[in-house]
Amino acid sequence: MSEIKSHPNRLGLWGWLGGGRWGVERYLYTLHRLTGLGLLAYFLMHIVVTSARAISPERWKAAMDSVSGPVFVLGEYLVFVAFAFHAINGIRLVLVELGWAVGEPIEPVFPYRTSVDVQRPLAIGAMILAAIIIVLGGLDFFFLK
Amino acid sequence: MIRDAKLWTWHVLAGIVILVFLALHMAIMHLDVLLGWFNAPGTHPIDWANVVARGKSVFFTVTYIVLLGAALFHGLYGLRNILLELNPPAWLKRATGVILLLAGLGFFILGTWVAVASHTLAGSV
Repeated sequence: MSEIKSHPNRLGLWGWLGGGRWGVERYLYTLHRLTGLGLLAYFLMHIVVTSARAISPERWKAAMDSVSGPVFVLGEYLVFVAFAFHAINGIRLVLVELGWAVGEPIEPVFPYRTSVDVQRPLAIGAMILAAIIIVLGGLDFFFLK
Repeated sequence: MIRDAKLWTWHVLAGIVILVFLALHMAIMHLDVLLGWFNAPGTHPIDWANVVARGKSVFFTVTYIVLLGAALFHGLYGLRNILLELNPPAWLKRATGVILLLAGLGFFILGTWVAVASHTLAGSV
């Protein structure tokens, strides 16, 4: 049985966050992690705060009043932004991981092409879609109510 | 490694489940003016009447529990992967897994109780 080679993260935090000379997809990866951690923190608090709905209308109203006001609206919008980015970028990651968005293997003939040539338009398209959802959410949060 | 590959597959599948149900949740709760789904006209999604209406629905109760489980697994397994990249010693890896598993089970029990209790409460209103 072959030995599994480990690759310790010697760079620590920079290994988590830094994109170095890698392309835009590497920074999308970093942002995916950051938004994921933010969404997880919010989600755990959300479970606790919204548990008031199982008790009584008064407790529900008190819970919702405790998280109202402009600061919380802004915070909620940031959660919405994180969700839109994480969801759309997640779809992109699944497409890439399953091999549906990396193109067919080709002969290495000059001028060379890489899978990034296929992935980059997908990344740009995904970010445009996320931006549209974020703008629509902003309209609903701040202008239409 | 095979176990991790399986868990990773579940992580991706949970992401797809979350995509469907959280998108629905976000559309109902945060695109309410644009879309107006499942809320009475002119009301806010967190108004008690709307909370009761959703709580009465078996669809919302069941999908809430499915979303809860999928999101807890996806989020906590993702957090575990991020933490394990720091290459901690074996005992700390195991402890991290156990702590996150217990936390996930605790939140799942709380969230499931909330979904079932509010379904019962909404049915009595």
